Amino acid sequence: MQFGIFTVSDITQDPTTGRTPTEAERIQATVTIAKHAEEVGLDVFALGEHHNPPFWSSSPTTTLAYIAGQTSTLQLSTATTLITTNDPVKIAEDYAMLQHVSGGRADLMLGRGNTGPVYPWFGKDIRQGLPLAVENYELLHRLWREDVVDWSGKFRTPLQGFTSTPRPLDGVPPFVWHGSIRTPEVAEQAAFYGDGFFANHIFWPASHTQRMIALYRQRFEHHGHGTAAQAIVGLGGQVFMRKNSQDAVRDFRPYFDNAPVYGHGPSLEEFTQQTPLTVGSPQEVIDRTLGFRDYVGDYQRQLFLVDHAGLPLKTVLEQLDLLGGEVVPVLREEFAKNRPADVPDAPTHASLVRAKYGDASPRQATPNANRGDNLTVGSPYQDTVASDPATTQTGSAFGPAATRQGVAR
Amino acid sequence: MTAKQIVVVSAGLSTPSSTRQLADRLAADAVAALAERGVEAEVRTFELRELAHDITNNLLLGFAPPKLEEALDAVASADGLIAVTPIFTTSYAGLFKSFIDVIDPQALTDLPVLIGATGGTPRHSLAIDYAIRPLFTYLHAVPVTTGVFAATSDWGGAEGDGVRSLPDRVFRGAKEFADLVERTDRSQLVNDPFQLDRPFGHLIGGLAGE
Repeated sequence: MQFGIFTVSDITQDPTTGRTPTEAERIQATVTIAKHAEEVGLDVFALGEHHNPPFWSSSPTTTLAYIAGQTSTLQLSTATTLITTNDPVKIAEDYAMLQHVSGGRADLMLGRGNTGPVYPWFGKDIRQGLPLAVENYELLHRLWREDVVDWSGKFRTPLQGFTSTPRPLDGVPPFVWHGSIRTPEVAEQAAFYGDGFFANHIFWPASHTQRMIALYRQRFEHHGHGTAAQAIVGLGGQVFMRKNSQDAVRDFRPYFDNAPVYGHGPSLEEFTQQTPLTVGSPQEVIDRTLGFRDYVGDYQRQLFLVDHAGLPLKTVLEQLDLLGGEVVPVLREEFAKNRPADVPDAPTHASLVRAKYGDASPRQATPNANRGDNLTVGSPYQDTVASDPATTQTGSAFGPAATRQGVAR
Repeated sequence: MTAKQIVVVSAGLSTPSSTRQLADRLAADAVAALAERGVEAEVRTFELRELAHDITNNLLLGFAPPKLEEALDAVASADGLIAVTPIFTTSYAGLFKSFIDVIDPQALTDLPVLIGATGGTPRHSLAIDYAIRPLFTYLHAVPVTTGVFAATSDWGGAEGDGVRSLPDRVFRGAKEFADLVERTDRSQLVNDPFQLDRPFGHLIGGLAGE
């Protein structure tokens, strides 16, 4: 099981000092946080995407590539990549690049975003949010699996004989999670493709998350990707720790009370009771987190939000020390107990390569000279495999569920 | 036969409140009118005052705390809703509107509604028809023709406004309401917020194994 942190990249005033960090400070702090996550033994760092102040992360692959250059084991992901307003062609290119420069340590989480005005900034119509997410991902999915794509849809110009470069590392697309707070269609989308589903789990009562995950698992099985228990589930979570509980509550309260998202609403006590937020000792965080499995089943990835609402860098690094030093080692051990053998780990590049090629060497795409004859010659690459037959459009139905040739992962 | 589920929502702010008093009278007459037709009814009453913090938190956070969720579930699966609000500054109370705002927009479809309102003078009585009724028609609920407005003077004497007494109007509204409640089976329907409108294969335009 993977453990890590995710950040939304907010630049928020520290309510205890009245000081707001600069963009430059917060960007450098985030790089420090990511590197420290690896140092304390966490597995994953996931970065949000926003296009308006007070957020800074407009270009996640730039940041993640820089972090990749300064780390060696950390899995780099997003939380989330906007599948609605980003051109799927650019997503295909950017994340294949990130795969290459990170040595296969990249995956991504797709989401629709929560900021309405972003749509017109990128020439899109917010009323089409869900259809955009559906159509764009259908194209993205093909761009990573077919060397040459002919495509037309409602929301962007058609593609004729288009090749997204570079081809995914070793011919294996980055693993995709679909993130959602409350949209069952997103759970269905993840299940349809056999991708991972990540429940935000922060802004919603556990009972709702439970039903959403159950829906995803049931549909994952329905679409023929494996049993419900084998579906790939990730959960968010939100913690603040001190050695003892009272200190944690005292230190976190001003940040909670003034947080942009839930500040000036419920009390800290109400919110911790109604959502998975845990403020207390490392042991309390361990107990609460272990309880997640009771209502979502054995799962693959747990990400914590630890750096928001104006918390200073020093405090965030202390949180990471506690997470890596005291919490995650126990979680690893406990979550491994009674975990059925057929429940997979979170997919990594290595596991995906093994699943696709077994002991054979993975594909290394080598281009031919481009004479504009992609369509007539068959492939712009020197090997003859023009596309993965299991995911090529056939007749009027397409996608892995249509062809059902075993588990698509 | 299972009892009809009637939910009463009162947005009165004071205790005791004339809004609650009107709500109770409407509920009592509705139960009596149903009983005359041989229909059993169960009444659950929610005072929005007790849910005021939860309603605000829902507006800020996007989910309902447990006590509010219970009220929202009750309204969504009711056979009839009796909704009563004071009239403040020519319209429904802000708390009442905030409650309506946290209801799922699909949750009130086909729901019979009996509207009541209270105010200091009868001059505000049309607020029922220009402010409250459009809320419910927008949500595809079915408000009955008679809305009952109770001004302070209505509680004073049997004559009321000199045209028709408050008890007469309550009786008439309750009767119209009972006619609709008797015929609905809303509370027997399953509400599944996780239900997909269409299978995903159709969402992406193919037939995709569905």
